[in-house]
Amino acid sequence: MSNKLKAVIIGPGNIGTDLLMKMLRSDWVEPVWMVGIDPESEGLKRAVEMGVKVSSAGIDGMLEQVIADDIRIAFDATSAYAHAENSRKLNELGVIMIDLTPAAIGPFCIPPVNLKAHAERLEMNVNMVTCGGQATIPIVAAVSRVQPVDYGEIVATVSSRSVGPGTRQNIDEFTRTTAGAVEKVGGAKNGKAIIVINPAEPPLLMRDTIHCLTADTPDQQAITESVHAMVRDVQKYVPGYKLVNGPVFDGNKVSVFMEVEGLGDFLPRYAGNLDIMTAAGLRTAEMFAEEASNGTITLPARG
Amino acid sequence: MNLTDKKVTLHDMSLRDGMHAKRHQISLEQMIAVATGLDEAGIPLIEVTHGDGLGGASLNYGFPAHSDAEYLDAVIPKMKKAKVSALLLPGIGTVDHLKMARDCGVHTIRVATHCTEADVSQQHIGMAAKMQMDTVGFLMMAHMVSAEKILEQARLMESYGANCIYCTDSAGYMLPDEVREKISLLRAELNPQTEVGFHGHHNMGMAIANSLTAIEAGASRIDGSVAGLGAGAGNTPLEVLVAVLDRMGASHGVNLYKIMDVAEDIVVPLMDQPIRVDRDALTLGYAGVYSSFLLFAQRAEKKYGISARDILVELGRRGTVGGQEDMIEDLALTMAKDKGLIK
Repeated sequence: MSNKLKAVIIGPGNIGTDLLMKMLRSDWVEPVWMVGIDPESEGLKRAVEMGVKVSSAGIDGMLEQVIADDIRIAFDATSAYAHAENSRKLNELGVIMIDLTPAAIGPFCIPPVNLKAHAERLEMNVNMVTCGGQATIPIVAAVSRVQPVDYGEIVATVSSRSVGPGTRQNIDEFTRTTAGAVEKVGGAKNGKAIIVINPAEPPLLMRDTIHCLTADTPDQQAITESVHAMVRDVQKYVPGYKLVNGPVFDGNKVSVFMEVEGLGDFLPRYAGNLDIMTAAGLRTAEMFAEEASNGTITLPARG
Repeated sequence: MNLTDKKVTLHDMSLRDGMHAKRHQISLEQMIAVATGLDEAGIPLIEVTHGDGLGGASLNYGFPAHSDAEYLDAVIPKMKKAKVSALLLPGIGTVDHLKMARDCGVHTIRVATHCTEADVSQQHIGMAAKMQMDTVGFLMMAHMVSAEKILEQARLMESYGANCIYCTDSAGYMLPDEVREKISLLRAELNPQTEVGFHGHHNMGMAIANSLTAIEAGASRIDGSVAGLGAGAGNTPLEVLVAVLDRMGASHGVNLYKIMDVAEDIVVPLMDQPIRVDRDALTLGYAGVYSSFLLFAQRAEKKYGISARDILVELGRRGTVGGQEDMIEDLALTMAKDKGLIK
């Protein structure tokens, strides 16, 4: 019998479809449902072709099947606005929610930093922060695990083509959420986040700069080793996560320059910003599945 | 060229764009001295913030000597007639900063985006308009796209609530024909009650000529800065523009001798370096690169031994846009590695 946890993806857009394609390769999570709200959506049609069940009535169209199909994990790739209801309805049925929207009802999850803790505590709703957060907070944490960081600042530069209308209409949400997670998960006393959108053609790969101000003189060797180790950890689920330059030390300032190339599943390779979200979301679900399989956590009981 | 009786609102940038040239270190006393001098000279609108706008305080762009609120609180109560504006770049500043600025008494909010990305400004322009502020949409690096594209993006900002749209030559790249084409199209196609503005940089020595062309083509707001204090080779030097406009019989309401004196007696003495078309500033204009990259590239040259000109040309080739200051050190490191200067 398979130990795979069965999953529903909410939102058949770019993120949902890319997630579905990655999940079809997973040893731990099996996509069973994809739901949307537009019966004509290309995403739902693609999902049918990939062999999963679909509903165009949102999650209400599949809630009655949750128990019968043994759905244990949900991924919400819709909007912050819709997320709260989706999460409530599915949590009630014992489904763990992985939130890819900016709603952030549950705790922030950056897999190499705090996923294991969330999984062991069986958090029923975890939030995947933002693309910029997934790409940069591991590095802030790599510095802050060596020594205290007074201030962490990240700059995410993304191609215009990879930024959807949701992000554009509420770009403040990106800067606020990311800055908050630089503090809460990255371990910086104060955090700041900046996003720059670049329309160059051909589109540029996502690039990220991380600056930290350490409280005391930085231990250059320890920080360099910690950053390299962290990059390897992220590369386990995002192979195109690349250290371009740094860490560079200037007084108490530590700067790291990264590039993120996607796998090119559904989204083009330049859209590393979207890829790192879907990969991190899937990695999170896999960790819950692994912990359930080896008995560290017990999934909510079902009759 | 006939500008007789054309009415122009001159908008000073020395305390915002000039912050780039001063590494954001202008003191409160200096800000007050410049602003009160400009107020006295009849400049109607003065921009005050970090060079990269509200919330620009950062390692990436530079920490300022004082917070935006401290600058605004110092300057605004001293103004007799002049109003104060603040710049905001979505992705850097948020509506929280915008509300703070309004509470400090800021009259005009200018929401700046790259010239193809106007749709990130909806929440900020919408909020400023809702608060009944003078709300400006500011399309940066406007040389990078066609006049039609600028118009499309301007219409978005207009639809969000902006009552004035700027064509912004952030790189000082434009020549007068391009200014004429873009400003004319905006003037012809936007709502008649929407104002059109032009913001120039002097990197190719064209700032005055471009500003005059913009006025002729229908712009009613022109940015400049006293003594040219601004990024790159500076903004359109306001005292020079005032003298030219006087000669041409345009109406602007600024006293020439008084603004000359502010330039000479207050602003020039506070410059860290002469603001002129040196070879790096000229490269900005020639290669079409964001003007505030200048000092960053020069610092990278000192640190890594790669010429600022080579760095700037490569940044232009890569299509970098405003805000990508972090790219400069990254690129200098890569170039230095390629040359075997560092490992």
